[in-house]
This record gives sequence, structure tokens and C-alpha cells, in this order.
Amino acid sequence: MRLAEFKDHQRELYYFQLRIGIAGAFVLAAFSLLLLRFVYLQIVQYDYYRTKAEDNRISVVPIMPNRGLILDRSGTVLARNYSAYTLEISPGKVTDLEKTINELETIVEIRASDRARFKRLTIEAKGAESLPIRTRLTDEEVAKFAVNRYRFPGVDIQARLFRQYPLNELASHVTGYIGRINERDVDRIEEAGLTANYKGSDHIGKTGLEQSYESELHGFTGYEQVEVDSAGRGVRTLSRTSPTPGNNLVLTLDIRLQQVAEQAFGDNRGALVAVEPATGGILAFVSKPGFDPNLFVDGIDPASWELLNTSLDRPMVNRALAGTYPPGSTFKPYMALAALELGKRAPQQTIYDPGFFQFGNHRFRDSRPGGHGTVDMYKSLVASCDTYYYMLGNDLGIDNIARFIGQFGFGEKTGIDVEGEASGVLPSQEWKRKRFKKPEQQKWYAGETISVGIGQGYNAYTPLQMAQAMAALANNGVMYRPHLVNYIENIRSGERTMVEPKLGRAITLKPENLEFIKRALAGVNTEGTGARAFAKAEYTSAGKTGTAQVIAIKQNEKYDEKRVTERHRDHALFIAFAPLESPKIALAVVVENAGFGARAAAPVARQVLDYYLLGKRVNQPAAVVPGDEGDD
Amino acid sequence: MIRTLWLRFTDKIDPPLFALAFALLLLGLITLTSAAHDTPARISGQAVSILVALAVMWTVAQFQPQTLMRFALPAYALGLALLIAVALFGDVVNGARRWLNLGVTRIQPSEIMKIAMPLMLAWYFHKHEATLRLREYFVASLLLLLPVMLIARQPDLGTALLVTAAGFYVIFLAGLSWKILVGALLAGCASLPFLWSLMHDYQRRRILTLLDPTSDPLGAGYHIIQSVIAVGSGGLAGKGWLKGTQAHLEFLPERSTDFIFAVFSEEFGLIGNCLLLLLYLLLIGRGLAIAANAPTFFARLLAGAVTLTFFTYAFVNMGMVSGILPVVGVPLPLVSFGGTALVTLFLGIGILMSIHRHRKLVQT
Repeated sequence: MRLAEFKDHQRELYYFQLRIGIAGAFVLAAFSLLLLRFVYLQIVQYDYYRTKAEDNRISVVPIMPNRGLILDRSGTVLARNYSAYTLEISPGKVTDLEKTINELETIVEIRASDRARFKRLTIEAKGAESLPIRTRLTDEEVAKFAVNRYRFPGVDIQARLFRQYPLNELASHVTGYIGRINERDVDRIEEAGLTANYKGSDHIGKTGLEQSYESELHGFTGYEQVEVDSAGRGVRTLSRTSPTPGNNLVLTLDIRLQQVAEQAFGDNRGALVAVEPATGGILAFVSKPGFDPNLFVDGIDPASWELLNTSLDRPMVNRALAGTYPPGSTFKPYMALAALELGKRAPQQTIYDPGFFQFGNHRFRDSRPGGHGTVDMYKSLVASCDTYYYMLGNDLGIDNIARFIGQFGFGEKTGIDVEGEASGVLPSQEWKRKRFKKPEQQKWYAGETISVGIGQGYNAYTPLQMAQAMAALANNGVMYRPHLVNYIENIRSGERTMVEPKLGRAITLKPENLEFIKRALAGVNTEGTGARAFAKAEYTSAGKTGTAQVIAIKQNEKYDEKRVTERHRDHALFIAFAPLESPKIALAVVVENAGFGARAAAPVARQVLDYYLLGKRVNQPAAVVPGDEGDD
Repeated sequence: MIRTLWLRFTDKIDPPLFALAFALLLLGLITLTSAAHDTPARISGQAVSILVALAVMWTVAQFQPQTLMRFALPAYALGLALLIAVALFGDVVNGARRWLNLGVTRIQPSEIMKIAMPLMLAWYFHKHEATLRLREYFVASLLLLLPVMLIARQPDLGTALLVTAAGFYVIFLAGLSWKILVGALLAGCASLPFLWSLMHDYQRRRILTLLDPTSDPLGAGYHIIQSVIAVGSGGLAGKGWLKGTQAHLEFLPERSTDFIFAVFSEEFGLIGNCLLLLLYLLLIGRGLAIAANAPTFFARLLAGAVTLTFFTYAFVNMGMVSGILPVVGVPLPLVSFGGTALVTLFLGIGILMSIHRHRKLVQT
């Protein structure tokens, strides 16, 4: 027994050693293969490769393409390039950065912010070959450095193209900005297989159109074959493949209208989106406050970055695209249309509004304390009666509301041609089930439908969605995908690629119902909550005011604008289109924490419409119109 | 007194193995001095990594193989858990999800598998030594494939290859029958088209450019073209230290990491290459000898697999640089710049030393 076991072990060891032997033979064979390859390359083909290496004094230098311009619909330049000298350091070739910068300071001016920015860049753009310590050198500074250049190995002057946004803050959220390529961008470029095309590029679009249309704007990198001497310095150019410049973007945006709209906001925060109903082309796209995109081009200095990012006004957020707001009473026209289309209400059918709607033991208050008395559908819109819509919401039920109103694009991305869009929330039973985890939170309560009826509750939409829906209504239910770019222009061939208006969907609506709603909305601006803002307008228009609660008010408390701190004040909203018969423009305005829509948002819309339809320019912030505070 | 202390300190260190590794490290530093002439920080960085790696080697060499065995399951489980974590919330660097951000530092869990895999499989076979049937080989293959698939999906073809090789060596040395071996090989070949369809674009490009590097001279083919020129132009005796034009005119990419062999080859020529091959051969020979004489099944399998992994590194790297294998991210062992690989490799050498020095203690 013992012997057998021992024998077994012996045999096992023998088998193992056999396998080790086989492995050893394999190693030998593999190494012999390598040796053969080395002999082939280094002896047999030696002459060939030696010549190749000697010829290999040709270095391939990428040539950056010019970035495409961004122009508004009439050709005003929103983003362009200029060339300037920069003083650049190659971090890999300099041993003591601090010392080098200190010495450079004796020759050219280097501010503390330049140092801070350079430090930030060394962290962000790790692995970059050279980074700018100073940009926009004067001719004198260039000459001064050139004389002293021998003292600074690894430091050189470069002529570079820079991006400039000549209008500064104006439309900054539309253009976005470009910035230096960081590690994350490098990953994305590699993922897309574009590494070769970005050789020599330092910048890439970071936000807005600069980001979304990066592939059009960037162009194709060219290269130059340069003969180099043994130290690697260029001696002469052997051949050159020119870069292909990026394409220009020509927008549907009207920059003068944009300016009027931005001015109308004054110091208020908020957003405005104006659309051409017949095409979906965006005419104005405002998010206030904006920022100066020029700050980002050379790498923003940490102090400005801190300021932009910690500001309570959040200037870096594109409110028109990614801000979501309860629509408040601007939701009512769609609710009314739903009631007509689904046969839940006839226009002349009336309700009695005592100033509240009692549901169980909860009292939903109307914003006019004593109520509106007897109210039909026309009056419900013109005077913005809440009780009417509490009842209607209750009668329709949440899923009917969601299904009908969803057709207008509420609660889903519009597909606009700029990245970063928010979806918003179109509440429904299904939405709530998915949104919440705990079963008791997942259940939809009938009471929740009632506040949805007046555009409160879970409702939250982007100003872009509100404008899109208004345009759809103006256009009798035919919707186009909103877009900022009208066409892409190849500057070499002059060829224009149109961004065709893409049909989003066509909502089937009865003409008489549409007609009625439009008439009621016209009534808002002539005899209702928008009448003061639109007094003496020289064109016909349709509109709806709205006021969105930022904080919930307790059941028996009265909302007192003066008592509530500024940031908790209600948002003012207004949606409109004009002219009534053949709409040329539809828009949505949100003025944050400005109180009643009729007072603060409608006047902004008025200025925009006045300019667009009549060419009338005010050049000052829209004045607040006194309003009947009971009606929003 | 000092002498005895020194003797006790070096007691577990195998002189031949250490001398060979040291010679390779030296060659590495000499080459790095040339390759990293414009980034001198890399040379001192590598020196620090070497010290750390040697400390790791010394520590591991003190363990008994039985102690190592106890690490097998936990190391494998940890490696697998981390790989899953990477797949779920890893950081993407260069288009691949390989890194796990621990807040303080980022780690690459696939590296753990390079040692954990042979450890685990050797332990597994050792445990079932008496009853080795087809079932055991099948289970072992599953243990191998699961992490490999996670690594390949990241995608990190180089590491996947090294881990597969390490695991395969254990299975092979454990005595998998030839019939199955050949069968699996054929099945592998047959599934190549399927694998092709799973590959990322950049991986396909690398294979296509191997077949015809001139098809993409500015992109992926550039590496191969330039490194083959560097090797070939080295000739018999090389251009001399610090005199490689390919390296110094910056035609060679990644010249201190994966392509350092091109710099070495250009400056020291065929003679240098032969010396390098010889050093690797001796190192591998020593490792296989340790494996052949190891006392337990576990120790044998582990020592054999670790040694052969070493071979894989060297062969794949030199094959890739000289243009007979596709470009995968595998460093030249003990020579390339890079701390992680160095630590892993010396961990392996420490294991070999541990197995060698403790062979008598367990022979009962």
C-alpha cells in the first residue's frame, strides 16, 4: 500500500516533469523564432532599415484647420477666430517650472491669474505637449522674448488661432464655448476614432453649439512633412496637405431679437424661447444670467471659475434647455383643449366658483379670494380661473391628461440640436410608479390630479418645451423639431446643407376646438390677464399668463409677495403667439422669482413681439405692469 | 554578528534568480536613461518602483508555500469582486473601463488577477489532486474564463491574454489530456470569426495594421513601422547607447513603456538582443527547474505557471515590437518603465524563491 502510493507519487512527478520539459521546449522554440526575426531584421534587412532610419528625418507636423464660424440668420458673427502669439511652455522639457516662470516674468508680464490658469492647465491637460503661460503677446513682447529665447529651453512663442465671441454675454448659452482638451475629451476623441484628426488641436467645443456641432466646426487636420536635422529641428518642408477648414453654422436665431429679449429681462433671472411655428426654427433662446464665453477659451482662471460656479444665480445653467419649471396657469389652454377633444366639457358649459374647490376635507383655493362666480370655458382662460381647472383635472383623471397633453411634447426631450436638454416631468400613474421606490409613494392620489390641473404639482417642463407646445397650438397641431442651426455652410465650395424642418408629429385636433382656444387666448391679451401688458398692441396676439409656486403655501395662509424672501417668490410665466391669424412667432417666457406672470413675464413677451413684428426697439428692461393681483 | 544578520536576511533569496533579475533591471535602467532622456523624472521614479518591488519580493519569499496557498481563494475572490465593480462603476481612461477609483487612488484590478489566477487554480488542483477527472479541468476552465471575459470586455486585450496564459499553464501542467488540448485549440481557431465580431474597432485595426502597417501610416500602423525600423537599423552591434536616432528624434511612441525594446534593440543591436534573450532564457530555465523540483502539487503548478507567465510577457512584447504579433499592451518584463508590472513580476519571483527555499521543510 505504502509502496503503491510512493510509486504513484513518483509517476505523477514524472508526468509533471515531462510537461515542464515540453513547456521548456516551447519556450526555446518561441525564443528561436524571435532570434530568427532579429537576425532577419538586423542582419539580412539591415541595409534597408538603416536607410529607412536615415531617411526618417522627416517629421510629420499637423496643421490645424480653421474652426468654422457661427453666424446668426442675417450673418452677424457670434463666434470667430483671430490669430495671436502665445508664450508656451513644454512641461516635459522644463525641470523647474516655478523657476522658469519667475525668470520669464522679468521679460514679459505674467499676472497672478496667468500663473493660476497655467497651474490649472497642467493638472487638467495632463500629457499636453505645450501649454500657454501667456496669451495675446504684443509685438514688443514677442521681440523681447525672441532675443532671450536661448535662455529658456522648452519655452517658445507660437502663433495660434483663438476663438472669440465678439458679442460677449449675448447668446452665450446658444454658442457655448470651446476650451482646452482635457483627459475626458481625449477619451471621447479616442472612442470616436478621431485621434489622428485631433493631433495638433488644443481646443474642443465644451458646451452649446460649439459642443453639439463639434464635428462640423472642427474641420480636418492637414499635415506637413518636414525634414529635420539630427537635433530634430525643421530644415525644410517637403510636402504639405492643407487642412480642410470647419464648416460655418448659420443659425435660425435672430441676434437682434435675442438682444431685445435679453435686455427685456433686465437684472432678472429666467429664460425665453421664441420659435417660428411653421419650421421649428428658434428665433431667440435666452437664459439669464449668461456668462462671457471668452473667459473659457484660453483656460479660465480659477477665480472667475469659482465665481461662475458658486454664484447663487447659477449663470452656467442653460435655463431654457435644462431648467424645469411648473407651467402654472400656462397649462390651462392645453387642459381646456383636452376637455373639448375628449368631450368632457362644452365651451358654454358653466361652473360656479366660490373661491375654492372642496375635495374631501381639503380645500383647493382659487387665486382670487372671493372666486369668479359663474365661469364658462372662455372666461376660465381669460380670467385664469383656478377652480374651473381643479374640477376639470378631477373629471379628466391624471392618465387622460398625461396622454393628451403629452402629444404636445411636454415631459419629453424635443430633440433640439444642442446637447444637455432636460426631459421635464409629465406626471402620470406610470411615471409615479417608476419615480418612487416605496410602495406608499408609488400610489397616485386623486388629490394630486387636482393641482396638476392648474399646472402645479409634479408638473415640470423646460421653457423650450413650453415654446414648442405653444408653436404647435399656433400651427394647428403640426409640430416641427426645434432647431437652432438653419444650415451648415462649406466655406470652400459654398455648399449649404440645410437643417430641414423635421416634422415631429401632427396632432389631430378638431378645427372648431382649436379655433375656440385661440379665440380665448386672444381674449387674454385684449380683455384678460394679459390685457395691460398688451395694451394698444398694433397686431393681434394670443397669450396666457402663469404664476408658478416655488414653495408650497399652507392651506389657510395667504400668499404675500412682500413677505416671502426673494428666492422663494413665485416664477412669472407667459406663453404667446402672434399674429393670431397667421402666427409668425410663438414664445414662452419664465422670469424667476418675479411674482405674477401678468406683471413680470408678459411685458417681456410684449417687447419681443413688438420688435419681431414691428421692428420697434425699446432698449431697456421691460417695465413691470401693475396687474390685478388676484388673477395670475 | 553582522554577518549572521546578513545571512538571515538573505536566507530565503535564491542567488541565481536574484542575479538574473538584477541584471535585467540594470539593462532596463540603462535603456530607460536613453529612452526617457526628455522626461528624467521617469528614471528616478523607476528606481523607487524597483525598491518597492524588491521589498515585495523579499516579503513574499519569507512565506511558506502553505501560507501562500491560504491566500489563493481570498485573492481570487477579491480580484473577481473588483473586476465586477470595475464593470459596473469603473473609470474610463483611453476608451477602456479598467480603473477603479477608490477616492485616494485608482487601481487596476485586472493586475491582481495576473497572480491570483495561477494561485487559485494551483490551489484548486492541489485540493483535488487525488481525484483529478475531466470535471476538475472543466471547473478550472470556468474559474479562468469568468475573470478573463470581464477583463477582455473592459477592453484590455493585453491583460486578458496574460491572465489566460497564466491560467492555461496551470491547467496544462496539471496534466490535461492531449486530446482535449488539441480539441480546444481547434475549437478556439473555429471561434475566431466570432471573437472578431466581438472586438472593438481599435482592436480590429491593430490586427489589420499588423498584416499591412502601411495602410495607416499616420494612425495605428505608425507604431509598428517605426519600431521595426528601430530594430532593423540597430544592425549587429547597434548604434550605441544614447545614440538611437529613432528614439531620440521621437519617432518611437511609448518608448519608455511598451516599446522600450525598440530603443534597446536600436542602440545595442543583435548582440544586445541575444544577451537579453539569454538572460530571459536563464531566468525561465531557473524557474522551471524550481518547479520541477518543488515538493507539492500546488508548489509545482504555481512555480511552473509563474515562470511561464514571465515567458509570455517577454515573448509577446518582443514579438509585438519586432512586428510579428499585434500591438497589445504588454510591457517587457523588468525592463519597461512602470511600477505596477514591476511589483507583479517581483511578486512572482518572490513566490519562486519561497517555493525553492522551503522545498525541504515540507518534504515529509
